[in-house]
Amino acid sequence: MIPEPKLSHLYQEVILDHNRRPRNFGEMPDATVRARGVNPLCGDDYQIFLEINPAGEIQAVRFLGSGCAISKASASILTEMIRGKDTGYCDHLKNEFIRFMTQDKVPPAMTEAVGKLKLFEGVKEFPVRVKCATLIWHVLEEALKSLPEKKEGGRS
Amino acid sequence: MTNPYDIHKVRRDFPILSIQMNGKPLVYLDNAATAQKPERVIRRIHDFYQREYATVHRGVYTLSQNSTWECEQVRDRCRKFLNAPDRDEIIFVSGATEAINLVASGYGRPFISTGDEILITEMEHHANIIPWQQICLEKGARLKVAPINDEGEIILEQFRKFLSPKTKMVAVTHMSNALGSINPVRRMAKLAHEAGAVILVDGAQGVVHASADVRELDCDFYCFSGHKIYGPTGVGVLWGRKQLLEKMEPYQTGGEMIKTVTFEKTTFAGLPQKFEAGTPPIAQIVGLGAALDYLETLGVENIRRHEKEILDYATEKLAAIAGLRIVGRAKSKGGVISFTLDGIHPHDIGTVLDQEGIAIRTGHHCAQPLMQRYGLPATARASFGLYNTRDEVDVLVRGITKVQEIFR
Ligand SMILES: Cc1ncc(COP(=O)(O)O)c(C=O)c1O
Repeated sequence: MIPEPKLSHLYQEVILDHNRRPRNFGEMPDATVRARGVNPLCGDDYQIFLEINPAGEIQAVRFLGSGCAISKASASILTEMIRGKDTGYCDHLKNEFIRFMTQDKVPPAMTEAVGKLKLFEGVKEFPVRVKCATLIWHVLEEALKSLPEKKEGGRS
Repeated sequence: MTNPYDIHKVRRDFPILSIQMNGKPLVYLDNAATAQKPERVIRRIHDFYQREYATVHRGVYTLSQNSTWECEQVRDRCRKFLNAPDRDEIIFVSGATEAINLVASGYGRPFISTGDEILITEMEHHANIIPWQQICLEKGARLKVAPINDEGEIILEQFRKFLSPKTKMVAVTHMSNALGSINPVRRMAKLAHEAGAVILVDGAQGVVHASADVRELDCDFYCFSGHKIYGPTGVGVLWGRKQLLEKMEPYQTGGEMIKTVTFEKTTFAGLPQKFEAGTPPIAQIVGLGAALDYLETLGVENIRRHEKEILDYATEKLAAIAGLRIVGRAKSKGGVISFTLDGIHPHDIGTVLDQEGIAIRTGHHCAQPLMQRYGLPATARASFGLYNTRDEVDVLVRGITKVQEIFR
C-alpha cells in the first residue's frame, strides 16, 4: 500500500531550497567525464560533470539542466555529497539510494548509508515521482561507467 | 438568464464526477487525454454483455445476427455524425492512432514513391507524425512540416508554399491537443486539392470540440477515437472517400476481411470489411453508439456553447494570474489551455494540484516537436469537457495560487 501522500513530505524545505538555489550548477568545460540523462516522459534533462584526480577522487562536480523541483534538488544535493569522495564510494551510495527509493521495506543500515538523502523518503508516497529523485544518480552511474574508456583516450 | 443546458443535471450523468480524490471532490481537467463516460454508455456496454453479446458477421444464430445488427446500426450512426456520404466509408478501427497508420500504410504503400512529399504541420501529435515518417523512410519520400505562428495558428501562406506537385499527402490535425488551436481545415483541404494531394484530418480532438462534417471540411480522410468523445477505449472510426479506400491496400489481413481464400490466393472483401480484419471490438462499438446518442440528446450545439463559455472564463481567470503564461492563443480554439508558471516545473504543478483533487496533464502531450518549437520541455494543460463548470475553474485557480505559494 502506498502511504497516504503528504505534500509536506514531498516538498520539504531543504528540497525547496535546493530547487530555488541549486548548488554547483553550471558547466565544467574541462571535466574528466560527463554524462547526460533525460526522462522522456516529463522532459527532465540533466548533465553531470566530474573532475576526477588520478587517485580516483571527485575533485569537483557540477550539473546542468532542467526539470522538476525533486530532480533538481536531488542533483544539487548529490553534488554536495560526492565531492571529495572516491568513485567506489559514489558507486556504493548510488546503489544504496536507488534501493532506498525503490524498496518497500528499508533496513536501518540502508537508511544510515544514504545519510542526508533520507529526506527524499517522502517522495516514495508519490510513486510516479520516484524516478525524478533517482534520475541524477543514473546519470552519475553513466559518467562513472565511462571512466575506464577515458583512460584509453575516448571521451564521448 | 435561461440556459437550456442544465450543467448540474449533466454532471449527474457521469458517476465518476461525484468521487473524492485525495480527500477533495474530483475536478477532472484531462479531457483532451480521455473523457469520462456517462452512465448511459457504461450501462449500454454492461447490458450488451449481459444479454446481447455474440460475434458479428459469422453466426447463423439469432444472437450473432442481433450483435451484427447493433454494430451496423452504429456504423450508420457514425456516418450521420460525420455527415459522410456512404456507410461503407466508415471503418471501425481501434482509435485515431490505428486509423492514421492504416492510411499511411494502405495509401502510402501503393501511392507514395521516391521523391514524393508528405506535408504535416508543426502542431501534430506524434500519432500524426511517426506513421508518415515511417512511410517516408520506406519509400524514400520526404516529410515536410508547415510552420505555425507564436499564437499557435497555422500560417496559411506558408502552408501554401509547402505544397507542390510532389506533395502526395497532407496530414493535419483538426484541433491541436497541446494548444487547443482549431485549424482552418476546409481552406487547407482546398489548397491541398489544388496541389493534387489528398488530405487526412486527425479529428481526435476536433470531433469533440469542432464540427466534424466531412462534406463541409471537404477532406479525404477523417478519423477519431471513441474514448475522447465519451465512449469506450479500443474503438475509433476512420472515414475515407470510397474511391480512395477502394484503391488502397488492406492494412491488416486475416479473418473477416476476405471474399475467398485458398492457399494460393485470397480475394479481399469489399468495403468496409476489407479494413476490418479480425473480430472487432464489438461491445465498444455498441458503447460508441451510446455515446453518440448521448451527445445528440444534449445537443452538440449546446455542448459547444457551454465549452466555449468555460474556455473563455478559464482563459480570463488564468491570464490574470501573475507569472502564468498561456501557451497557444489562437483565435479559433477548443477547450484546452496549456500553461507554464515562472520558475515552477509543470510536474510540480501537477502534483500539487492532484492533492487538491484536480487532474490535469503535465508533460509534452505527445507533441515533442511542438514543445521544441516553443522552447519548452513541458507544459501543464487543463482541458475541458461538457461537464466542467466555472466553479471547477475557480478551484483550479485557487490550486495554482497554492502551487505558487509552495514554490515562492
Ligand atoms: C490530436 C491527437 N491525435 C491523435 C491522438 C491519438 O489518439 P489515440 O491515442 O486515441 O489513438 C490524440 C490523443 O492523444 C490526439 O490528441
